[in-house]
Amino acid sequence: MTKKLYEIAHCRAGDKGDTLILSLFPYDERDFSLLCEKVTAEKVKHHMQGIVRGEVIRYLLPNVAALQFVCREALLGGVTTSLALDTHGKSLSYALLEMEIDT
Amino acid sequence: MLRIGSGAGFSGDRIEPAVLLAERGGLDYLVLECLAERTIALAQKRKRHNPDEGYDPLLVRRMTRLLPVLKEKRFRIITNMGAANPIAAADRIIEIARELKCPIKVAAVTGDEVTDQIDLEAKVVETGRPIRTYAPIISANAYMGADALLPALESGADIIVTGRAADPSLFLAPMIYHYRWDVDDMDRIAQGTVVGHLLECAGQISGGYFADPGVKDVPDLADLGFPYADIDEDGRATIAKLEGTGGLITLATVKEQLLYEVTDPMAYHTPDVIVDFSSVRLREVAPNRIEVYGARGRSKPPMLKVSIGYQAGFLGEAEISYAGSNALGRAELAGEIIRKRLQDEIGEVRIDCIGSTSTHRKSFNPLLVPYEVRMRAAAMAATPEMAARIGEEVEALYTNGPAGGGGVRKSVNEVIGIVSSMIPRRNVTARVTIRELIM
Repeated sequence: MTKKLYEIAHCRAGDKGDTLILSLFPYDERDFSLLCEKVTAEKVKHHMQGIVRGEVIRYLLPNVAALQFVCREALLGGVTTSLALDTHGKSLSYALLEMEIDT
Repeated sequence: MLRIGSGAGFSGDRIEPAVLLAERGGLDYLVLECLAERTIALAQKRKRHNPDEGYDPLLVRRMTRLLPVLKEKRFRIITNMGAANPIAAADRIIEIARELKCPIKVAAVTGDEVTDQIDLEAKVVETGRPIRTYAPIISANAYMGADALLPALESGADIIVTGRAADPSLFLAPMIYHYRWDVDDMDRIAQGTVVGHLLECAGQISGGYFADPGVKDVPDLADLGFPYADIDEDGRATIAKLEGTGGLITLATVKEQLLYEVTDPMAYHTPDVIVDFSSVRLREVAPNRIEVYGARGRSKPPMLKVSIGYQAGFLGEAEISYAGSNALGRAELAGEIIRKRLQDEIGEVRIDCIGSTSTHRKSFNPLLVPYEVRMRAAAMAATPEMAARIGEEVEALYTNGPAGGGGVRKSVNEVIGIVSSMIPRRNVTARVTIRELIM
């Protein structure tokens, strides 16, 4: 069975220069290990292709049941000079939540 | 217990939630964080036009509302609304206080401006290119730490107004001052920094930037309550908001803010400390009250980050709408026409189909077909006249483009780019200037 991340997790996007930061949290902390298993840095890089050009680094924070994805070269040069409408990439949290995982 | 409220999370933030916190919050300190990366470069340009300018555009409106409450409730304000000119901001606050017949002492903290001290051969963090390749440079400001604010707190000033300081440091400084923390007590400094980081975006921890109807419901966002923290002498804190205000504070809202904009959760750098977030603990102690503790810190970084603003050209933008059958097809055709018309003159033109793929550059669900689409064209140009060409060409689509195009809007905006570099800590010296109104 496949599930969208949106069904089991919430996400917040932040930016630093050309780096996009996606913080992913399961609604139910018991799903943390499932997310750790399924939502790898490689999967996120693949899912976000066309948006994230650089590397994706994943940090795990079991203390708050969170996954942090730090995505380089993701904001068309960064908020101050990007031609994009959403220069900060604030809406990209919902791009990650469109990702499907097998459960 | 020390109580610090957060009254603004960015320059244009709502004003009333801060007034409400000031009136009913029983605060010791109210911190107003109003300085984004670009804001200071824009302020620097205003200061060049007029040496009495260069502070935050909303300073007068915020202070006019807060000064009368400040005298009655006896809290202190800490803000970076000084932007490029903290001393002019202090003078302006004194003027407001005079009009309101409200005696006051203001301390301006300067020293962050390092435009004349930066080494133009030094490398930019983001690209590795030397700073000189980003000419013309408008401003260079170092991120000062909590230590820069301590003399101002010692002075007894009611209001402390700074330029560029790290956002969490604005909150950490009153904790160090109040509890007489040793600035080398890295775990306390780290814990105070985490509390500052949680509060610095104001409403973003109390339900803002969180709601998703039916999934993550947040009550009454139109009257969102801003947060405050009760902090004990070890830095253990409870994040809360006023009874009866909108929004909510839960483990989920606090977690989202804890990791917001953090590029390395095991080593979060500020001028004061390097924080490890992996030991932070959160606990719900009551509805809308979350306790935070356990942050660990190590060493103070020897270098300070410098934010450099440079003139990056002019952004020309224009939009036009299409609706009904094949709206997307006509919008895409309009975009192709604009590209062709401008490719020789302007070079790269970004075309977006708003309502379809503009926010994510692609669709994650291709089955969705929009009823209406707004085509947007955007490009960077060297002069405002060249940037205006984008709007001219989009407007010409009325009579030269696809069927049924309407609602053209066009704009030209000056663009200030921001890059960062590092400067040795010893090259940055904070100074305090006092202005006092005695009546």
